[in-house]
Amino acid sequence: MDVALIAHASLILVVFTCLLLAAAVMVYMERKVAAAIQQRYGPYLVGPRGMLQPFADVLKLMFKEELRPKAADALLFSLAPILSAAAAFAAFAVVPFGAETTLFGLLDEPLPLGVADVNVALLVIFAITSMGIYGIVLAGWSSNSKYSLLGGLRSAAQMISYELSYGLAIAAVIMMAGSLSLREVVDAQAGYWLGFIPRWYVVPQFVGFFIFMCAGVAETNRAPFDFPEAEQELVAGYHTEYSSMSFAMFFLAEYINMVTVSAVATNLYLGGWHGPFLPVWLGWIWFLVKVFALLFFYVWMRWTLPRYRYDQLMAFGWKFLLPLSVVNLIATAAGVLYWG
Amino acid sequence: MLTLNHYLVLSAVLFSIGTAGVFLRRNLITLLLSIEIMLNAVNLTFVAVGRYLGTVDGQIIVFFVMTVAAAEAAVGLAIVIALFRHRETLNPDAFTSLRW
Amino acid sequence: MDLIVFYALGTLTVLASLLVVGQRNPMYSVLLLIASFLALAALYVQLDAPFMAVTQIIIYAGAIMVLFLFVVMLLNVPREEPDVPDPSRLFGGAGPRRLGVVLALALVAELVWALRRLGRTPFGGEIPEISSVRAIGRTLFTEHAFAFEVTSILILVALVGAIVLARKEA
Repeated sequence: MDVALIAHASLILVVFTCLLLAAAVMVYMERKVAAAIQQRYGPYLVGPRGMLQPFADVLKLMFKEELRPKAADALLFSLAPILSAAAAFAAFAVVPFGAETTLFGLLDEPLPLGVADVNVALLVIFAITSMGIYGIVLAGWSSNSKYSLLGGLRSAAQMISYELSYGLAIAAVIMMAGSLSLREVVDAQAGYWLGFIPRWYVVPQFVGFFIFMCAGVAETNRAPFDFPEAEQELVAGYHTEYSSMSFAMFFLAEYINMVTVSAVATNLYLGGWHGPFLPVWLGWIWFLVKVFALLFFYVWMRWTLPRYRYDQLMAFGWKFLLPLSVVNLIATAAGVLYWG
Repeated sequence: MLTLNHYLVLSAVLFSIGTAGVFLRRNLITLLLSIEIMLNAVNLTFVAVGRYLGTVDGQIIVFFVMTVAAAEAAVGLAIVIALFRHRETLNPDAFTSLRW
Repeated sequence: MDLIVFYALGTLTVLASLLVVGQRNPMYSVLLLIASFLALAALYVQLDAPFMAVTQIIIYAGAIMVLFLFVVMLLNVPREEPDVPDPSRLFGGAGPRRLGVVLALALVAELVWALRRLGRTPFGGEIPEISSVRAIGRTLFTEHAFAFEVTSILILVALVGAIVLARKEA
């Protein structure tokens, strides 16, 4: 068989497995970091220092009974978590995570590290993120319960509102890099200014980075923008009526969305897989470090900041973040025009 | 061997389905959905012929059609909401008189 | 290979559209239309128009259909009940609708017949630089710049109109 085909297929398998493992690691990291911030021990019984806790959680969820409310629309009720999880995984398909590698000379032609190399990659990510809204909306609707419906609608409205700032922040980076392909955006960030400041876009585009991270946190329904799934206000929002593996799918989808947003932010603003001291073909290690740093930042924010109320959340998105991102876009355009 | 004809026939079939939908359905929202089907059929024609002629104008027109369709869907749904508030029904047969 | 992909996607699109028109639950209609749009986006990719495909997903499947979904959920649109035949009218009142379906069938027959007379129209082999986003952007902002600006005013008008129309009477 064709060696390149086998290499590509195994790369896809590796990426899929790593995403699942990333979700497990995120579960553990969330609980341990939350514990550290709240000055207590996190899980420490299962496995060394509690590292097998996520697997124990998955086992527990698998053994729970799968409930479905009698008045729920059966087809949509089962479809919603599938849609959420599918959109979350699909968005990662166009994110590159490393330079080309020949696997120590085993391959004839170098294999770019990334599931698919599309030249409109940023638009594809945007499109698939828009499709992810349906999972939440359908979950809220099909549960046929007022808490779920309210949570679902609010969550969908929040995601749509923050998508605008998300897109405009991306547009500013596209203007600077001159291409829609994520691989080219990362390669435009290679090199250093003055010999030691890396050419990452976070330096000229710090406002854009702030906008992107705020919008990303709101898109993934994480604190401080997690009103739609706030335990205290809405029972649990759109996934109130779900149990067992469907519930696990929603949480999987949320964590994978976080990983995707962090990965895209790394590629757009933090230079992707470029970094000091390592050769370019080992760049995926730097990529992992940067994504991990952003994920830690996510968890840190959740357990430090209080939650926004829903109208404050929407006002922030429409009245502050959107005008700021428009101004950022215009300033970037002026800068690109002036400095070439 | 894939020819332009294939795409045009598909587009014609979709357009007719949309037309049948506009005639058949007694629900204002599904009526609007059928209109969207028709617009999409036309989009497909434009993109296919643009590819056949080798110009980019087909895609440009599709861009404008999509934007206009979005604006039309928004206004159409606002009208549907206003009508629903008045008559509590979405059956177009209930809106046959010119005076309330 | 191309033919197989085309027939698969075409069948999916036609089937989804038929179900949108044919079945009675409005929620399912919206979701089936989303499936139809996704299949159309795949057809655009086959036609070497990736930007159009992604734009179709972002605008149609991702924004317009969410709007439809919101309205369906907020108005709690009920399942359509089959009509009660009205004995005082011909065909029980279903005459105009059946005539409409006959006309639609006549339309599709006529269109397919007209297209058969078109003859062989194979696609050109090479793709000129037409499908790159750069080419689209260049043409859009130079030759069609006026239409672009007018479209932005159109969207503003639609925005204001939708808000005013759907507002509750104060």
